[in-house]
Amino acid sequence: MLIKRLTDANGLPGFECEVREIIKEEIKPYVDEMYTDRMGNLIAVKNKNKAGRHIALSAHMDEVGLCVSHIDKDGYIRFHSWGVDARILPAKIVRIGKDRVVGVTGTKAIHLQDPEERTKALPVDKLYIDIGAESKEEAEKLVEPGDFVAFDSEYVEFGNKVKAKALDDRAGCLAIIEMLKSDYPHKLTACFVVQEEVGLRGSIISAYQIDADLVLNLEGTIAADTMSIKEHQTVNIQGDGPSISMIDRTSIYLKKYIDALTEVADKNGIPYQFRRSQMGGTDAANYHVAHGGTPVVGLAVPCRYIHSPVSIVDKRDLENFLKLTQKFVFAYGNGEIL
Amino acid sequence: MNEKLLKDMCQAFGPSGSECEIRAIIEAEIKNYVDEVTTDVLGNLIARKKADAPKMMLAGHMDQIGFLISHIDEKGYLKFANIGGFSEYALFNQRVKFKNGTIGVIRSERVENMKADFNMEKLYIDIAASSKEEAEKKVKIGDTCVYCNETYVDDNIIMTPALDDRIGCYIMIEAAKKLKNPVYDTYFVFTVQEEIGLKGARASGYTVDPDYAISFDVTGSFDTPNALKFPSKMGDGAAIKIKDNSLICSPDVVNFMEKVAKDNNIPYQFEILTIGGTDSGAIQMTKGGVKAGVVSVPSRYIHSDNEMCSVKDVENCVELTVKILETRIS
Repeated sequence: MLIKRLTDANGLPGFECEVREIIKEEIKPYVDEMYTDRMGNLIAVKNKNKAGRHIALSAHMDEVGLCVSHIDKDGYIRFHSWGVDARILPAKIVRIGKDRVVGVTGTKAIHLQDPEERTKALPVDKLYIDIGAESKEEAEKLVEPGDFVAFDSEYVEFGNKVKAKALDDRAGCLAIIEMLKSDYPHKLTACFVVQEEVGLRGSIISAYQIDADLVLNLEGTIAADTMSIKEHQTVNIQGDGPSISMIDRTSIYLKKYIDALTEVADKNGIPYQFRRSQMGGTDAANYHVAHGGTPVVGLAVPCRYIHSPVSIVDKRDLENFLKLTQKFVFAYGNGEIL
Repeated sequence: MNEKLLKDMCQAFGPSGSECEIRAIIEAEIKNYVDEVTTDVLGNLIARKKADAPKMMLAGHMDQIGFLISHIDEKGYLKFANIGGFSEYALFNQRVKFKNGTIGVIRSERVENMKADFNMEKLYIDIAASSKEEAEKKVKIGDTCVYCNETYVDDNIIMTPALDDRIGCYIMIEAAKKLKNPVYDTYFVFTVQEEIGLKGARASGYTVDPDYAISFDVTGSFDTPNALKFPSKMGDGAAIKIKDNSLICSPDVVNFMEKVAKDNNIPYQFEILTIGGTDSGAIQMTKGGVKAGVVSVPSRYIHSDNEMCSVKDVENCVELTVKILETRIS
C-alpha cells in the first residue's frame, strides 16, 4: 500500500532521498517531465503544453526527527531535535542514518530519580541514544555526527484510523501522487518539497521555479479532539473532514479562494472543517509572496499526536481529502470556479 | 490637512487579508494624479506615475491589525485569533466592529490575575447573541473584525485606531497630489498583509522591480515618562529610519533623504528601533537587492485603539516626500 510505503520510508530534513525515490518511481508514467532541484525538491509537470489555467500542488517530503550531534567517549549518541516535543523522546526506538542503525533513547531509571526529577520532562541535552556500543570507536563505526535519526514506527491500521510516523506530510504527498494518476484538461505542476519542518525552506526555492495561477498546498495538520480539550480548543476534529486553512502563523488565506473551495465541497457533498488555530506555519507562506504574488489554498488532513512517532489519521478524512483535492483541481481547471 | 480624507481612511475597514474597502477609497483618491492603477492578485494597489527614469517604489500598507473568528460557542460567544501583534493587556474591554457593522466587545469574565486572565485562552468576543444560531446570522467563522473607535483630529494631534498605517498611505496620496516635477518612474504601492510579515511588499516588490524603495509607516515616539532611549519623538519632524528589526536602511538613501530635508528646511529626525519592521525590509531583498529607506511618523501607543501622532510631523513627511521625488539620488 502506497501510504504505508511512504510513511515507513525515512525522510528527515535534508535527507529526503528515500521518500523522493518512491515518489519518482510512482509518478513516472503519469508526468511529462520531472527533475530534482539543487536543494532536493522534486518538481514534476503533467500536460506541459496545455494552454489555459495552470495549477500547482505542493506537499513536503520531510518529517520531524533528530540529528546526531556528538558521540561521547562511552559510545552514547547525543542529538539535536528537529520539531519534536522533548517530553515524548525518552524510551523510543530510533533508526540512525541510511543503514538504519537501531538505537533507543535512554534515560535515568525511575528508581534513581529524586522526587523533583520525576515531575519534570527531561530536556534534550539530558537525553542520549544508546546503540549498544561500548566505546566511542565502536560507535563511530556505525554512526557519525550529522546522521539523521528517525523514529522506528511502522504503519498500522485499526478501526477507522491509521497510525504511522510522518503522516505530516506524507498524506499530502499521497494526495498529489494520486492526483497525477488521473487525466486533466490543463497543466499541472507537482512540487514535493524538502526541509519544511526546519523553517519552510524548500518552498523558498520551489516557489520561484513554477509559475502557476494557483497553488494548492496539502498538509498534515493538528487534530485536537481528545479528552479534556474544551470545545473551542478543538483545532480540528477527526472524522469531520479535511481541514481548510484560514490563517496560520505564516499566512492569511484569501477569502475568495476559501469560498471557492467550500463551494466545490458543498456541491460534491464532501465534508470539511475550518482549522481553528493560528499556530504552525506552512509552505503556503512562500508561494503566497513568490513572483508578483500567487493565490494559495491550504487543505490538510487532521492528525492526532502530530510530530510524534504515533500520529493518527482517520481513513474517512484521508479519503475526503483526496476527493476534495481532485474535485477542486478539476473545477478550477475547467473554469467552473474563480 | 485633509481631515475628511484622513478620517475616511482611518475609519475604513481593512484588517490584513480584507483590504477591499480601504483600497477602494485610496484608488478613488489617487487615480487622477497617476497614469495607471492596477490591483494584483494579493490585493496590492499599484499606482504608477510614468517617467523615463530610474524606478522609485513608495510603499505604505493598507492593512490594520485585527481579529479573526475561529469558533462560535453554543451560547453565541466568539473565540478569535489575532491578526498582527497585540498585547493581550490592550485587548480587554475593547469594542470591535465587523465589516457588516456588527459590534462586539472583547472580555473575560473576571480579572483576578492579569497574567492568567488577559490571555487569548480566556478572552472572548461578546456580540450579545443569545445562541450559536443567532450569532451565526451576524458573524461566520473566518470573518474578521477591528478595533472600533472614532478618529480624532485637531490642530496638533491625530488619535485613531488605524493610524498604523493609514497615515503612511495618506502621506503617499498627498505627496502624489503635490508632486510637480517627478524625476523617477514613480510607483505608489499600497500594500496588503504587512502586519503579518510584510507579505504584500514582498510580492509587489518583485512585480515593480524598483531601483529604489521608500516605505511609509509609523514608528515609536520615545518621549513618554519611562521611554527607552531612542531618538524619534512626536513633533520633532519627519523621521528618517536608520534601522529596525526588518532592515538596516541603505546609507545612500538615508544620506540622500537627510540632504533633501536640510536643503529644503524641512524639520527631520532620525529613527532607530530594535523591534518591529516595515515594508522596506521585504522590498530591500527583492531579486538582487534594492536600495531602501523609510519615512516614519513618530507615534505613541502603536497597536492600540488610540494611536497618536503629530499633525505637523505628517505635513513635514508629505513635504519631504514631494522633495525626495523631485530630486535625483546622486
